Amino acid sequence: MSSTVLFDVPGPRARVRHRLLAVVGVAAIAALVGYVVWRFIDTGQFEGRKWSWIEYKQIQISLAEALGRTLSAFAVGAVLALTFGAIFAAARLSDHRWVSAPAAVVVELFRAIPLVIMMFFFYYGLPATGIKLSAFTAVVLSLMLYNGSVLAEVFRAGINSLPKGQSEAAYALGMRKTQVMVLVLLPQALRAMMPTIISQLVVLLKDTALGFLITFEELLYWGRQIGGQLQFGRPLIPTMIVVAAIYIGLCLLLTWFANYLEKRNRRNKKVIALENKDAEMVVLTNDHQA
Amino acid sequence: MGVLTRNLDLFVAHFGETLRLFAFSAVISLLAGVFLAMLRVSPVPVFRGVGTLYVTVVRNTPLTLVFVFFVFAYPYLEIIKFEFFTAAVVALSIYTSAFVCEVVRSGINTVPVGQAEASRALGLTFTQMLGSIVLPQAMRSVVPPMVSTFIALLKNTTVAAGFSVREAGAIRDALSEAGESTLVGMLWVAGIFVLLVMPLTFLQRVLEKRWSVAR
Repeated sequence: MSSTVLFDVPGPRARVRHRLLAVVGVAAIAALVGYVVWRFIDTGQFEGRKWSWIEYKQIQISLAEALGRTLSAFAVGAVLALTFGAIFAAARLSDHRWVSAPAAVVVELFRAIPLVIMMFFFYYGLPATGIKLSAFTAVVLSLMLYNGSVLAEVFRAGINSLPKGQSEAAYALGMRKTQVMVLVLLPQALRAMMPTIISQLVVLLKDTALGFLITFEELLYWGRQIGGQLQFGRPLIPTMIVVAAIYIGLCLLLTWFANYLEKRNRRNKKVIALENKDAEMVVLTNDHQA
Repeated sequence: MGVLTRNLDLFVAHFGETLRLFAFSAVISLLAGVFLAMLRVSPVPVFRGVGTLYVTVVRNTPLTLVFVFFVFAYPYLEIIKFEFFTAAVVALSIYTSAFVCEVVRSGINTVPVGQAEASRALGLTFTQMLGSIVLPQAMRSVVPPMVSTFIALLKNTTVAAGFSVREAGAIRDALSEAGESTLVGMLWVAGIFVLLVMPLTFLQRVLEKRWSVAR
């Protein structure tokens, strides 16, 4: 924890100073939050009429359906991205240049193209060639290509940063390349990289909201629809609050799971500490797409 | 090739807007991110709490949601009126600063404990220590992941396409209005992004190799 590194245990004078700073800071933050809350109240965001939509069964059902579409895009996207990542990581690790070079190009390419552009390409561009994809398919395909490429790098870094002795010992026992990979390297790398993989899935979950831009009727799209309804006084802010709470809650659940795995890894003797810093760099330099 | 050459003005104008969006948001989120990181390592618990809360909430919110809020919902609050471009800069900066903060903080964590202890022994104050001892060293290990954060920001500017900002993502709209092939147009946009991002990725690899031996 860095906070204990950077300063001493505060003495009496420092404690007084910190308390003063805290009071000033809290006052400033309270003023800012207070102002925003006052704007919310003043413009009637907390009026009963703007929240009455929650009571309608039809709207509750449509919320559940929108959430379902978000979650199914996440689930299908995650499975496809993990598969894509595994295949391309294996290809990049191959000793044959004619396998590893094209795989490297594909991975680098799809990491450089913005997801929005990919979605536009699949949804608006492809119909010109006679291929008509649904919004769901376009979203899921884009998620697979982008997050799959990132995951391929994560897998690769995990395998590369295992101690050399692991594969050497396996070869010394007479195992073949595939056996070394499947029986020795992969299980260890997967365990060590699991928290990173879950974090990338958080990114994938957030990315499903980009489907909004190609009229994929997911959670955010639902919020915008209900938020524009005149009969409830255009409750866009209330619906956005609900949608944000759902997204943040879901992502926090996944993040919490990643942290839990990381803690368990630290105690677990089966998990080998990764040797070089490559794996850590992947965690840090992991592209944070929307 | 035809789609690009016939609409060269359009491509130049829209990618110019992308770069403008990128430049504004990059500067603001860098400043805000470093400030947030200082909050997160400060000796005052309340400041640490505020920093942590901000980062946790923003990192778990989809960027599109931040955009929808600032473009469609924020006007209902009747505070200050924004243009679409300003709203996009605000949304991108709010989102990216949380990631910048985490990168800076992890950089601070890589500075050996002894450095901070030694500067305290010399009688430096917290701000002096952070400003002249810890942050300069932290910045070194921070550059490669920071480049990644900004690559992500560059790609994220395309989200503004859905919110009436005429940047690269919005080229599709303009092309389909002009009756051009959006398929080819999108391929060009993707290609230009690859050209923009690849040198940055390369730079990042070089910096990583050159600076990783520093300690």
